[in-house]
Amino acid sequence: MRKSLDYIIETIIFICGMLSIVFVVLIFSFLLKEGLSFFKDFSFIKFITNQFWYPNSKVPSFGILPLICGSVLVTLGACLIAVPIGVMSALFIAEIAPKGVRDILKSLVELMAAIPSVVIGFVGMVTIVPLVKNIFNLPTGLSAFSGSIMLGFMAVPTIVTISEDAIRSVPWQYKEGALALGATKWQALRRIVLKAAMPGIIAAIMLGIGRVIGETMAVMMITGNAAHIPHSIFDPIRTMTSTIASEMGETVRGGMHYKSLFAIGLVLFLITFIVNFIADLFLGKNKNL
Amino acid sequence: MIKLNPKLSQKLSYTVLFMATMLAIIPVLVIIFLIIKNGASSISWEFLTSMPRNGMRAGGILPAIVGTFSIVLCAIIITLPIGVCAAIYLNEYAKDNLLTRIIKLAIVNLAGVPSVVYGLFGLGIFVMFLELGVSIIAGALTLSIMELPVIITTARSALNSVPQSFREASLSLGVSRWQTIRYVVLPNALPGILTGAILSIARISGETAPILFTAAVFYVPNLPSSIFDQVMTLPYHLYIVSTQIPNMPKNIIYGTALVLMMMVLTMSFVAIFARVYFRKHRKW
Repeated sequence: MRKSLDYIIETIIFICGMLSIVFVVLIFSFLLKEGLSFFKDFSFIKFITNQFWYPNSKVPSFGILPLICGSVLVTLGACLIAVPIGVMSALFIAEIAPKGVRDILKSLVELMAAIPSVVIGFVGMVTIVPLVKNIFNLPTGLSAFSGSIMLGFMAVPTIVTISEDAIRSVPWQYKEGALALGATKWQALRRIVLKAAMPGIIAAIMLGIGRVIGETMAVMMITGNAAHIPHSIFDPIRTMTSTIASEMGETVRGGMHYKSLFAIGLVLFLITFIVNFIADLFLGKNKNL
Repeated sequence: MIKLNPKLSQKLSYTVLFMATMLAIIPVLVIIFLIIKNGASSISWEFLTSMPRNGMRAGGILPAIVGTFSIVLCAIIITLPIGVCAAIYLNEYAKDNLLTRIIKLAIVNLAGVPSVVYGLFGLGIFVMFLELGVSIIAGALTLSIMELPVIITTARSALNSVPQSFREASLSLGVSRWQTIRYVVLPNALPGILTGAILSIARISGETAPILFTAAVFYVPNLPSSIFDQVMTLPYHLYIVSTQIPNMPKNIIYGTALVLMMMVLTMSFVAIFARVYFRKHRKW
């Protein structure tokens, strides 16, 4: 009796263990199915190279190049903010801050990740957006620049948490060795510890990028939602994620426009898959240190 | 290039690093401060417990609060048992082979899928294919898949922190593997698992994109009566009132933002304190 009960429960546990694979495959094949049925009617090459996203005009054009440009521009901008701030604060928290305040600092940094992205978007709308408009004398502050600032700060906690782990997992002998040779603590940190932790830091940056590319609500509220190829970082733009979120409600279920949004979803899925895969490779490297 | 004195350069660099840390911390404090300062005055018993009126420009946000609670509750009921079982498999049963590596890769990727893509998936599978319609259950199922990797990861580290000797002691008494997990490993890992669950609840309470097309609607006149009803939710309501309705009174927007933020932050703090408490009081 007890044996067969054990067997049943262990089977259930095994099935639950497999579910993650099932879900990833399910999500991918579902997006692929909808995406492929879209590409039957609209060529894939045109989809990623056409400059115009006019899903509702008489002769619809589904070019996601402007959306890709929008996503890339915001992501690059966000990285310029998040990477230096994130890596430097990780170094400070892991190695320089006094032991007593270390956990407090880390919790405060991670607090940002707890704030819902609509709240961040709303605060961005009432603070950064008018500020950017006035400082740079723009027709609207809803721009890639404002989006980059907000998303940059949203990516900081991801980068700090993972980089800090990487920095702390560097064997203490490395640093002690450098110090014994007469290096200052800063020289040891910069030349030895930072180098040894580099794979982990790169993984952290990749995961931060993944977070920024996938971010939807804040970016939709701050970047102005204009689907054209941007000429400068102060232009309003629109990302792939915000296109899906803002247009899905207006589409006819099963129509071309509807399917095109799933095709964008497929592109997003593939991008984040690659980004996470690379991050995972680097994280694995860090463990073998 | 001028070569700086190493002592001086260390001082300079530390200052720069310190300022970077401040830059990482100050924005979130500003956000919290702004929302509390502008939203506190609009919080009243009436705001929390009455229906919106006058095209949502007056009245309260009760249906959004109830909607968020029901979706999140359903989602955690679905995802917690599955996630814990998956964590048990990975930590207690799985061997270090190709299958395990694939599972781990799947979890990493599930965690990285953008939330709006989960929304698409939920719309296609739960709303359309399974014909659940735009409903609490469709939204909850979508959120539960999204939250699965987080639950698995936290539960797994909780299981992993139970010392190996506990298991060996139990097994050496002739207790079966599952009985050992059930009566020795799980009780000791429970605090960690629950902390992870609270953090997950906090996180999914604030999610908007996955429920955008699966559960949330602009306005409903009644509170939900079953899990097949569509609902208003706090994050979606905040999005609507802050971007979609012209001439929205500011106090309602800030009030909604404050309620949502406090809900999420309170749960996060409870989880953090619980973690610290259990770490101090654990048996090993």
